[in-house]
Amino acid sequence: MSRHTLSVLVEDQPGVLARTASLFARRGFNIESLAVGPTETSGVSRMTIVVNVAESPLEQVTKQLNKLVNVLKIVELDNTAAVQRELLLVKVKADAQNRSSILETVSLFRAKVVDVSNDAITIEATGNHDKIQALLKVLEDYGIKELVQSGMVAIGRGAKSASERTLR
Amino acid sequence: MTEITGAQSLVQSLESAGVDTVFGIPGGAILPAYDPLMDSKKLRHILVRHEQGAGHAAEGYALATGRVGVCMATSGPGATNLVTPIADAHMDSVPMVAITGQVPSNAIGTDAFQEADIRGITFPITKHNYLVTKAEDIPRAIAEAFHIASTGRPGPVLVDISKDALNAKTKFNWPPVMNLPGYHPTAKPNAKRVKEAAERIINAKKPVLYIGGGVIKSEASKELFQLAELTQIPVVTTLMARGAFPDSHPQHLGMPGMHGTVAAVGSLQQSDLLIAIGTRFDDRVTGQLSSFAPEADVIHIDIDPAEIGKNRFAHVPIVGDAKETMIELIAAIKDEHKAGRIGNYEAWWANLNRLRNEYPLGYDEPHDGSLSPQYVIQRIGEITGPDALYAAGVGQHQMWAAQFIKYENPGTWLNSGGLGTMGYAIPAAMGAKVGAPDKDVWAIDGDGCFQMTNQELATCTINNIPIKVGLINNNALGMVRQWQSLFYNNRYSNTDLHTNRIPDFVKLADAYGCHGLRCENKDEVDVVIEKALGLNDAPVVIDFVVHKDAMVWPMVAAGMSNSEIKFARDMAPKWMRSDDE
Repeated sequence: MSRHTLSVLVEDQPGVLARTASLFARRGFNIESLAVGPTETSGVSRMTIVVNVAESPLEQVTKQLNKLVNVLKIVELDNTAAVQRELLLVKVKADAQNRSSILETVSLFRAKVVDVSNDAITIEATGNHDKIQALLKVLEDYGIKELVQSGMVAIGRGAKSASERTLR
Repeated sequence: MTEITGAQSLVQSLESAGVDTVFGIPGGAILPAYDPLMDSKKLRHILVRHEQGAGHAAEGYALATGRVGVCMATSGPGATNLVTPIADAHMDSVPMVAITGQVPSNAIGTDAFQEADIRGITFPITKHNYLVTKAEDIPRAIAEAFHIASTGRPGPVLVDISKDALNAKTKFNWPPVMNLPGYHPTAKPNAKRVKEAAERIINAKKPVLYIGGGVIKSEASKELFQLAELTQIPVVTTLMARGAFPDSHPQHLGMPGMHGTVAAVGSLQQSDLLIAIGTRFDDRVTGQLSSFAPEADVIHIDIDPAEIGKNRFAHVPIVGDAKETMIELIAAIKDEHKAGRIGNYEAWWANLNRLRNEYPLGYDEPHDGSLSPQYVIQRIGEITGPDALYAAGVGQHQMWAAQFIKYENPGTWLNSGGLGTMGYAIPAAMGAKVGAPDKDVWAIDGDGCFQMTNQELATCTINNIPIKVGLINNNALGMVRQWQSLFYNNRYSNTDLHTNRIPDFVKLADAYGCHGLRCENKDEVDVVIEKALGLNDAPVVIDFVVHKDAMVWPMVAAGMSNSEIKFARDMAPKWMRSDDE
């Protein structure tokens, strides 16, 4: 089993997310993370789906996804050949004593403080999966009050775009 | 251009798509569509008694004609009653378009009367589906639905149309512009792969043509015949492929799988090369996957790329239409032959012929003198002949109908293979008879199955659809009972239907305006079948009261290796013959 990032270009039509999610559920594949948004082409959305599967089920899930009429193209984004980012917003307990040490952590991770109150700090961080996990591990000691995380988005390195090859 | 309603646009779209028959039932949300349907000169609407019947009838029609079958229902329960036949068509790759009414678009999501999210419900069991809420989208949705249902790997497409879209004014345009940027079925095989396949076929010692229903869907029986005769390779036809290759052909070893012939199952188990065409390595064929055809390399030809490698690794994967691929494969093999390379399978055939001769399909007559179900089914096939169509329900009678009726032509065997839908036979036979009115159409049904969908006999009688029903009545859910005999110590939990008492099938047939006949003795079988074949003014139901304990053999127990096949209870074939025998 290993983590794979699938970049799926889909027609921006009602129900396409449900169709895709239902396919994963029906074929018994777990989605680790999912992010959906518009692309440079109007009418085309991109789903970035992270799955944790072995090689042969990955091929199967890709083929099954390809059979969905609303799916235009699927690219697997290799970890080394793609830039991967997750967004994290986390509310950490903070008081006068530990605030400065939290701020130091924030700056070490090149994260940002987006909100401060008397007893908490809200931090925004972007990065790949490992960086976000590392930051969270450090912040855990201060006490995490609330946490929200986006699915991963990813883009291939180099000049080629995934969509320009599909949409002639 | 004059303005028409969305409902009129729907009817004109169906007419323009070449539809001549629709099976359905009206109701609130689809009501607007039924009004212009009444005036259509081109569409025959057959009013069924249950939406499930409409769906299976559409399947039967599709299989008998090779065209897309169409069924129609209202929203909510009408639509949900179509779920079983839609799932059935999806599993067995039957081209079908299902049209359902939906509550008005402003009521969608409010739990309105007879509202069900049929599009959401059918995501996993359709090839594609639509929710149309604007009248102007109707022609495009219908055109795309027929295109998707009938091309590539065929399958069901559902078009759900809101009532306000049916009522709204619109303009009709045909053909509409289809917009399917994500739909590109591959029909043409990769030439390099085809050449590689040809070379492997020549070099194999023990090849088998493992043929599935895709060969029938692709109308490729002629090409299969040529390929088989050219190569002299043995052929097995799966449950979905019965009829794809003539049963009378000496190269045909029969059906593989759980209830396959010893020769067919044995050929796959001993093969060194499976040439799998239009088939999906279903668990009912492979048995325990890890021990299926353990020595074989695999050439897998299928139009659906997702089937290749799904259950079994393919050494030569070929994505393509069965017919087109076989045409190219035949040419490639001819090239090999011209170059003096010809496969030699003599030793292989000697082994297979031994298996075939020592373990033919057969059955024992019941000791108590009661009627043998296998005999009844065999005689129906022999007397009616290979030009008729045969639809079966699901269970023992289905397996016997697959084993003991001899099929010579593609498209003459209709059954629910993937989903295993009890109740398929009567409505599917009805749809087939509508599609092929000049042919004799038999429904070989069980007493359990029959009670799930026999209401369609009313539809048959009223609409002059004279099907023949051979009811194999053993008073029980026979296949489940067989498993209870074999695996549950003869504990018959809830499998006795008491159909010897209730209902009286002859009276029931009579009540439906059918000819009801009964047969309990072997010497009456031919007479009653011949009588049924002579009665064409109404459907015929023959209640064949048969032995309760007859079992389907051969059998591979579920989850076991195919090599553990038994040709009768506790009787295993000898795969290899030692020299001193």
